[in-house]
Amino acid sequence: MSQQMTGAKMVVQALKDQGVEVVFGYPGGAVLPIYDELFQQNEIRHILVRHEQGATHAAEGYARSTGKPGVVLVTSGPGATNAVTGITDALMDSIPLVVISGQVPTFMVGSDAFQEADTVGITRPCTKHNWLVKDTDRLAETLHQAFHVATTGRPGPVLVDIPKDVQFASGNYIPPQAARTEHYAPRVKGDIDAITALVELIETAERPVLYTGGGVINSGPGASQLLRELADATGIPVTSTLMGLGAYPASGKNWIGMLGMHGTYEANLVMHGCDLLINIGARFDDRITGRIADFSPGSRRAHIDIDPSSINKVIRTDIPIIGDVGHVLEDLLKIWKARGRKTDREGLAKWWAQIDEWRAVNCLAFRNSSELIKPQHALQRLEALTRDHPDRYVTTEVGQHQMWAAQFMGFDAPNRWMTSGGLGTMGYGLPASIGVQVAHPEALVINVAGEASWLMNMQEMGTAVQYRLPVKQFIINNERLGMVRQWQELLHGERYSHSWSESLPDFVKLAEAFGCKGIKCDHPDQLDDAIREMLDYPGPVIFDCLVEKHENCFPMIPSGNAHNQMILGEAETQGVIGDSGAVLV
Amino acid sequence: MSALKIQQGSSRHSAYDLRDPNAEVIETHTLAVIVDNEPGVLARVIGLFSGRGYNIESLTVAETDHEGHRSRITIVTTGTPQVIDQIKAQLGRMVPVHEVHDLTVEGAHVARELALLKVAGKGDARIEALRLAEIFRANVVDSTLESFVFEMTGAPEKIDAFAELMRPLGLVEIARTGVAALARGV
Repeated sequence: MSQQMTGAKMVVQALKDQGVEVVFGYPGGAVLPIYDELFQQNEIRHILVRHEQGATHAAEGYARSTGKPGVVLVTSGPGATNAVTGITDALMDSIPLVVISGQVPTFMVGSDAFQEADTVGITRPCTKHNWLVKDTDRLAETLHQAFHVATTGRPGPVLVDIPKDVQFASGNYIPPQAARTEHYAPRVKGDIDAITALVELIETAERPVLYTGGGVINSGPGASQLLRELADATGIPVTSTLMGLGAYPASGKNWIGMLGMHGTYEANLVMHGCDLLINIGARFDDRITGRIADFSPGSRRAHIDIDPSSINKVIRTDIPIIGDVGHVLEDLLKIWKARGRKTDREGLAKWWAQIDEWRAVNCLAFRNSSELIKPQHALQRLEALTRDHPDRYVTTEVGQHQMWAAQFMGFDAPNRWMTSGGLGTMGYGLPASIGVQVAHPEALVINVAGEASWLMNMQEMGTAVQYRLPVKQFIINNERLGMVRQWQELLHGERYSHSWSESLPDFVKLAEAFGCKGIKCDHPDQLDDAIREMLDYPGPVIFDCLVEKHENCFPMIPSGNAHNQMILGEAETQGVIGDSGAVLV
Repeated sequence: MSALKIQQGSSRHSAYDLRDPNAEVIETHTLAVIVDNEPGVLARVIGLFSGRGYNIESLTVAETDHEGHRSRITIVTTGTPQVIDQIKAQLGRMVPVHEVHDLTVEGAHVARELALLKVAGKGDARIEALRLAEIFRANVVDSTLESFVFEMTGAPEKIDAFAELMRPLGLVEIARTGVAALARGV
């Protein structure tokens, strides 16, 4: 089975054997042998980014929108350190990445050679696993193991550091089937007794909720299908974290919106008031739980997660179920059906009546303007004009616009929404949109951005133009670091310390400089036409949407508060809150 | 964790575990972790403890299976029951980790540590040190006219006790290996 070849050739061969179609990368001294091999083949496409951070986020966008691992190729030293932010982002959001980095030759390692960095040392805490390959004979197996680890269990980024002499030397290549991977095999089937215990609780719960997360999406489209079946068959309301949007359709009848710090009023009050909380592939992040001591005080909790370390990490769980969401939901449905499809119909009907009351608060209400574009209005119009597109993908940067996008855009399918959740990486959205568009050349790919985040990786517009990737950069421009400004207004006595930009570029001229189209819009009357112009243009567009500068994102649970201590925006001032809302601060 | 599983820190001689599972009791646990003997594996384990703010009381590591490239890391750590569970789960999900055993909850185990103690002194103190060393079954592995180096093996508490006795008798320096531990029986 084995074949002699150079280490550099092995890298390309291993990528082909792993079914890799695209690599995002940037060449440099320590990876030149691999780039030489890439040059001499046509099966793997290489996308030249403008900065290694862009490569990692593009690979994340690719991975998130396809379910396949994203592959990154960077050089030693600064190439690897530039990739660290994207690798950490992928770790926090459980995105499978295989990062291949060049390293100085083995005989120079430790000598402070040119462009030397301790890459495996630096990336040890931000990868699922990493390897320094010192022997060409071990290279092929290590690469196959890297793909196995990145995609098995809870997905995540891995890194393989390959010194230049290992790339030049010849060794034995082995195919994926011959690589030893059996040692890393996380459990995917959930414990049947625990699942049965959960079914028993579902049968009698009066106020249940399905709290779903990115794990449902990582488990594959089948898991999203099973979630829909479970929710629709039992009538249990569904909320989701930022990472899990689309797993249950936003148009589904059980959908109550996103939960958490900027989640809907109804979703957060459901979490607070439920008697059975079923966590499916989420991790009780602090933006979700608010103050731990007051989190969902009256509920029994079940937690389905493939990673045992997620269980009881933050919130104590009554029924832990360790396994893959798809497998567990399949067993759960089977058992629930076999036991006679029981639910507490009466309890659920009362629960839904209560939820409808909360819904009536219309927590996302905002005061629109005929003079200024409100950011919420901009996203409502973007949603209205693109919702029916047959193949739409949305990425975001990080901040207010991200939360508004999550609130005002609806996703009916998984893998359509790419955002930086755990790490909150400004500069994620533009390169991620490039990765998505590379994977889906015919699709409509929109990056909902804030101008400050977007500037962090704007060099990647060059990549979009070079590869004719028609990504739409929809920049909600308030000339502020909006979320920072909001916190300063609400929590730091309106002292706006360094939260605005005094010298923003002219985005239309910037677009021209990059060789793409720029559109500027600053009036609500022109907004629809301007969005249509963006959608109709066949190439990449930078859309500068100048919005109201001081708009805040509501609802908001201030950090460290409980779910029922929510700040509402216009909904509150409209006086629509009844007695049930008296607890609000 | 079964409510009836009696743990260290609980009322050991009672038939019931009277501990409140939610109480913030700090427990000491001895973990045995079987890992691939590959470069960086110790750094990974230590990085986990420092990165997540866990305590390490003692840590020993050495290859225990040369052919299988396996090492055994023995870690004595402290934390609340929830933190101890997290530590085990976090260790368990590391790629080069094969097994994580919590010897403290898995049943009786023996824990031993080796220590070298240098004691300097003359006259009665010197004689007393030697006498106590005999009682503690410590061996003299180096001797000058003014000093001894004692070698002793035992449970950490025994070494602590011996070191305390040596302090007024001229204890100069102490080197300890950290705990190696195995479950009793098969």
